[in-house]
Amino acid sequence: MSRLHKRFESLKASKRKALIPYVTAGDPNPQVTLPLMHALVGAGADVIELGVPFSDPMADGPVIQLACERALKHHVRLLDVIDMVAEFRKTDTDTPVVLMGYLNPIEAIGYERFAEAALAAGVDGVLTVDLPPEEAVETSKLFRDKGLDTIYLMSPATSTARLKQICEFGSGYLYYVSVKGVTGSAALNVDEVADKINQVRGMTDLPLAVGFGIRDPQSARAIADVADGVIVGSVLVNRIAELADSPELIPEQVGQLIANMRSAMDA
Amino acid sequence: MSIQTDQTAKQIFPDARGHFGPYGGRFVSETLIGALEELEAVYEKLSADPSFQAEFDRDLAHYVGRPSPLYHAERLSEKVGGAQIYLKREDLNHTGAHKVNNTIGQALLAKFMGKPRVIAETGAGQHGVASATVAARLGLECKVYMGAEDVKRQALNVYRMRLLGAEVIPVTSGTKTLKDAMNEAMRDWVTNVDNTFYIIGTAAGPHPYPKLVRDFQCVIGRETKQQSLAQIGRLPDAVIACVGGGSNAIGMFHPFIEDTTVRMIGVEAGGHGLATGQHAAPLSDGRPGVLHGMRTYLMEDDAGQILPTHSVSAGLDYPGVGPEHAWLKDLGRAEYVAIDDSEALDAFRTLTQVEGIMPALESSHAIAYAMKMAKEMPKDKVLVVNLSGRGDKDIHTVADIDGITF
Repeated sequence: MSRLHKRFESLKASKRKALIPYVTAGDPNPQVTLPLMHALVGAGADVIELGVPFSDPMADGPVIQLACERALKHHVRLLDVIDMVAEFRKTDTDTPVVLMGYLNPIEAIGYERFAEAALAAGVDGVLTVDLPPEEAVETSKLFRDKGLDTIYLMSPATSTARLKQICEFGSGYLYYVSVKGVTGSAALNVDEVADKINQVRGMTDLPLAVGFGIRDPQSARAIADVADGVIVGSVLVNRIAELADSPELIPEQVGQLIANMRSAMDA
Repeated sequence: MSIQTDQTAKQIFPDARGHFGPYGGRFVSETLIGALEELEAVYEKLSADPSFQAEFDRDLAHYVGRPSPLYHAERLSEKVGGAQIYLKREDLNHTGAHKVNNTIGQALLAKFMGKPRVIAETGAGQHGVASATVAARLGLECKVYMGAEDVKRQALNVYRMRLLGAEVIPVTSGTKTLKDAMNEAMRDWVTNVDNTFYIIGTAAGPHPYPKLVRDFQCVIGRETKQQSLAQIGRLPDAVIACVGGGSNAIGMFHPFIEDTTVRMIGVEAGGHGLATGQHAAPLSDGRPGVLHGMRTYLMEDDAGQILPTHSVSAGLDYPGVGPEHAWLKDLGRAEYVAIDDSEALDAFRTLTQVEGIMPALESSHAIAYAMKMAKEMPKDKVLVVNLSGRGDKDIHTVADIDGITF
């Protein structure tokens, strides 16, 4: 049983919802990432989405684009990110870690090599933003054969036929993008999200997590009431940017943001 | 005549999912898939609709001023002393470049789809001007994304766009050039997809853009074929075009794909020279990867990060290339070479002085290679160069290099 599957099963048993923070690996420098990951877990994170820096993050807003630029100043490569996960696994063998990023860095090192290195390091899932199911037939199979979960996005504009297809392709959990736009954009409409989540529920047993537009304990709570997981990214990365000149404060302060959301979700 | 050939080729490239061999495709976030599927469906329907085709042809004739001449550059040919050089005069189109062929087509699609707002990315500003122009004509709101670096070096075109009523947004992320402008335009599109049509300026990006931009630009190659038959009684020995994203080149090449006696030569921007790494020539010195929704040749580092590019011409300053060119390269059907900044500048001056035609710096790359090649060929051979744009926009760049300030 995969770590992601186990984690969502145990959350379900205790009637809790998954809190899934996203941070970009190596932002604002590579030394911060490991203590930050542990701090996120300590503050109540159930799964970590670790962003792989890319020079051209087309589906992201300015907040994450800048995070990528900060990390790339330190030449953080995909293999370095995988090494960070290996370090993390030395002291945390339970918290699932999902690598989130773009296809080109994976292509550059090769799918097979990537999958083996990621698995050996203790990576649990891969979310490749610019690899929709129709382009992913072979890679998805390869990753899953190796034992990596493949997480796919769904959006408000995704047709019913595609929703079904994505449900078949996905594993670990499904990521519903709550708003039309890039990461960090406008406020979300919880009722619309609830409608779509209910529609997808009829198609799959996979856990459904929601991301984009969740920025405070209130919106985290509102989404936790309708979905299985709450994904938070830009608001954390924003705080990291503010603290870029005093990076020693990042783990505690970003952890605090997660702790506040955790309390609201569990209340 | 050429229509037949065209249709045969279209059945091969691309396949139903937008793949040109291993290249092309639709590598985008799920958030964009719905919009691309809608565009694909509308395009498939309209491109088979004779009334749409008739409206497109009418606009090309009466608004753009087509057909553009095929001009025998006799003095240039004589100076070079080899093969005869002919110029396909896309610089004489309304707005001064081939770009307008495509923006006319895409604006018609926007109109049929009922989208009141269009957005575009631009490098040299020619596509931005062509988009602003058609938006003005159709009464559409227009926003153009342009790298902050390019805004500086193409000030004239920026002002032209503003006069035409477009809003020009300088993009300060990444390398502040064309690729970053394209990222920003995609972000705008994904956010405003309900009321917005994204007019991509080159035969690149996710399916169906490489195909539809090519189809709109194929008028260049079709006319060239007709004009060659009429003027020289046969097809040329080679067609030559500059390649950034590659829309003027694919428009010239595609109708000739089945005519295997015609060599097709794409000229990339060699910048400071291929050996320096400071260039924009992914087909000459790059490798396959995925960017901007397509698999194609890219300039990237070992870790898959996209590298900054350099070219004296903003319009060629792009780390990728349209997927059909990637496939034509692998098939060996087209050849791709590079011309560096100084060679292009020499060609710019030569054509201006010998023929009284001032080419865009982009097109000057193709002229430069044609001159090199013609020199080694007998006088009865014929080369056609696609003169994709006029050089007025580059006068400031050339003056800067000459140390002249206005």
